[in-house]
Amino acid sequence: MRLALLLFAALAAAPFLGFGAGHQLTLLAHGMILGIAALGLWLLVGGAGLVSLGHAAMLGIGAYAVVALDDLRITEAAVVVPVALLAAGLFALATGAVALRTTGVNFIMITLAFGQMAFFAAGSLALYGGDDGYTLYGRTTLAGGRWLADRLVFHFVCLGLLGLAFLVIHMLLAARFGRVLRAARENQSRTEALGFDPYPYRLLAYVVAGVLAGLAGVLLANSNEFVAPSYLAWQRSGDLLFMVILGGLAGPEGAILGALALVLAEEWLAMLTPHWRLILGPLIVLAALFLPRGLIGIRRHD
Amino acid sequence: MTDPVLRLEGLRKAYGGLLVTDAVSLDVRAGEIHALIGPNGAGKTTLIGQVAGTLRPDAGRVLLDGRDITGLAVARRARLGLVRSFQMIAVLPGFTVLENVALAVQAKHGSSFRLFRPVARESGLNRAAMVALDQVGLAARATARAGTLAHGEKRQLELAIALAQSPRLLLLDEPLAGTGTEEAERLVGLLGALKGGPAVLLVEHDMDAVFALADRITVLALGRVIASGPPAAIRADPAVRAAYLGEAADAC
Amino acid sequence: MPDRARQPGCGRGIRRISDSVCGDQALKQPEAEAGRADGGGWRTGQGAVSTGLLMVQTLNGLQYGVLLFLVAAGLTLVFGVMDFVNLAHGVQYMLGAYLAATLATLTGSFWGGLLLALPAALLFGLALEWLVFRHLYARDHLAQVLATFGVILFLSQAVRAIFGTAPLHMPLPAGLEGGIELLPGLRYPLYRLAILIAGLLVALGLWLLIERTRAGALVRAGASNAPMLSALGIDTGRLFLLVFAAGAMLAGFAGAMAAPILSVDPNMGETVLILAFVVIVIGGAGSIRGAFLAALLVGLVETLGRSLLPDLLRLVLAPGPARQTGAALGSMLVYLLMALILAVRPRGLFPARAG
Repeated sequence: MRLALLLFAALAAAPFLGFGAGHQLTLLAHGMILGIAALGLWLLVGGAGLVSLGHAAMLGIGAYAVVALDDLRITEAAVVVPVALLAAGLFALATGAVALRTTGVNFIMITLAFGQMAFFAAGSLALYGGDDGYTLYGRTTLAGGRWLADRLVFHFVCLGLLGLAFLVIHMLLAARFGRVLRAARENQSRTEALGFDPYPYRLLAYVVAGVLAGLAGVLLANSNEFVAPSYLAWQRSGDLLFMVILGGLAGPEGAILGALALVLAEEWLAMLTPHWRLILGPLIVLAALFLPRGLIGIRRHD
Repeated sequence: MTDPVLRLEGLRKAYGGLLVTDAVSLDVRAGEIHALIGPNGAGKTTLIGQVAGTLRPDAGRVLLDGRDITGLAVARRARLGLVRSFQMIAVLPGFTVLENVALAVQAKHGSSFRLFRPVARESGLNRAAMVALDQVGLAARATARAGTLAHGEKRQLELAIALAQSPRLLLLDEPLAGTGTEEAERLVGLLGALKGGPAVLLVEHDMDAVFALADRITVLALGRVIASGPPAAIRADPAVRAAYLGEAADAC
Repeated sequence: MPDRARQPGCGRGIRRISDSVCGDQALKQPEAEAGRADGGGWRTGQGAVSTGLLMVQTLNGLQYGVLLFLVAAGLTLVFGVMDFVNLAHGVQYMLGAYLAATLATLTGSFWGGLLLALPAALLFGLALEWLVFRHLYARDHLAQVLATFGVILFLSQAVRAIFGTAPLHMPLPAGLEGGIELLPGLRYPLYRLAILIAGLLVALGLWLLIERTRAGALVRAGASNAPMLSALGIDTGRLFLLVFAAGAMLAGFAGAMAAPILSVDPNMGETVLILAFVVIVIGGAGSIRGAFLAALLVGLVETLGRSLLPDLLRLVLAPGPARQTGAALGSMLVYLLMALILAVRPRGLFPARAG
């Protein structure tokens, strides 16, 4: 928890400590936005032990909801946000209901497949630019005002929502619901023998994760003012998974740390070479092999 | 004469051509400890699986309090009061000892779809959990992580978890497996204290414990019941002797 | 203002040949057949579906299914026997194609390319296994997913760096360049038939190997209960290596065969990989028989769905919306099928794992 407070304080202070330039603020915004999606994924992976490889789809759906409404010239947040969250949540509900009937390797593959399905669907929407993507006419408005166009305001909106997401995840985990979820991860037979059927709990977790990803999608659409099917590519799901691992599975704050770390690392690597994936790839492999506890695990030496 | 708490009627299960459970019938009455013994390969594990709900019998019925539960899933049976302990220890290693038991209590006290309040602060759950821990003598280790417990302590925890579920039927699958003499004695004492409470179906290899605890014993060999009755009768039964001939009938 | 009235995409790296046909379904036609760019069939005046087109696309679907089977077979064994999530399997397929294309250019012949590519792909697969994969067998799925994901990132980027993003060219083998007349006026490419036949032969050989040999019995046993095998004293390390090597070669072979007709670019591994996953999920992890049936099913649904749906919808919708909805639905069809099957059978049609 202390690490979390430290992170949030640092993020709040960042614009005034040398990260105030437009480009850097955008970078931090990306980190925080993906952090929101990663928090949802953490609930699944770290909380419930479910490895989902299709999380980017929910993020993309949130983004495309913004697009669809933008096409209709609707930008009011009071409409856009609920629609996006609902869309992402419904998709999570429908796909999760099927996927959660499977376990292990099958579950991973099914989430991947559903993610691809959404990816192709997005690419075939010629109305929204198909493969080329869609440029927003304008950012989401709050009560008619174009507050989000201001980078600093946007920064703190993202930070605020990140904080909210963190609190929600924390609360869920500490509640009766979270306890059952964790138990089912540690030993499913035992949990069933106690009288709990893990399915409805996992489904709820899946939907919550989906809704958070949808929220991230709304913010990402605003940050880039552009949305493309590549947002739903499975490599993006892999990235999100990497963020969760990188931060360590011990607590949700790890997901935020991982997101920021990856975003900054990718930026830095991209400055070195256009073939930065040649470096990132092996780094990911090494992390998977040698960092079972993620970055957070590096500090604790127990 | 009231219904027995658990009744097995003609259970049958085959794997391919191999008949592992052959027309097994038995019943367990409230308050009694009914032991199930048999040489290795007798089919005890498969039978337990059919009672617990992890395996489906090919034929026959399982009745709990007169109700047919043969087709019900594991979690459903547990909610109806069929509580089991595991032969391979299944405590939750990342949870504390208290949390392990509190989770069991939680299953019986209202919905677990509560999303807002921290469960660790629910004093009702914690109190009930401590009662169960007291019963098995593990209260002092309440805040320890279950993964750090010694083997015998984990066995005690298994028992505490089972008791916390307010069982109608307690299905104990080799609760003494892997324990040393001292720990085994302590566990036998705990189990003995259960008499008069829930119905207990006890599967065990430790013959001393079985004969010390059981009100009735059923002997399984090659999937069939070859004898059933009070301990003295079983001890004298020639068929039982024959089944065990050459078998070292003591545990660990 | 961006032009919104565009045709839907064909998917990554796949060229659009005509209104309703994408590059992975039509042959790279020699000039003589250029007028038949819709896949060698014909349309009646109204644009309705003809039996000729149906037949062609069914054959295409079976051929695609056979390719998918070759990729999925190795993968399903790896899942079944080693419980190893190998996201990088698509890379084997891609490598097979790239190696074949490069070696064909070097040797000047298709056969040279194919025959040299197989051992090369095998060596590469073994190197990957030695470097990365064998350290992951004992780890949890999460670590496996991540590590293989990292491998993909690295290798696709490496291919991009070495070969560029433009698709490579691989010539058709001499003698298999023409078409064969199936029905009066309906020609079907000989090479595609060859793929179909070759794939079926390999499938048969694989089946014989698995069902009739001792090694195959070990593999089947491993697929249903791997810990039991090592408890029985079988050297699971060697078994794993064998399974992995076989899978790598099958995928490489598929890639090499597909190279002349599909787009050889850095993204080709992905599409095939995802579909291979769908095949395995539908067929049941660890089951060759399941993979075979599921692969044919997926190949047919993918091909027929994508090519016929827009035309079918034109019977009820205007051309524009028909094309769009058709393309969207067509690409989703396979996944809807998968969801449907899983709703009824969560472990697939023929799961190999016991219990």
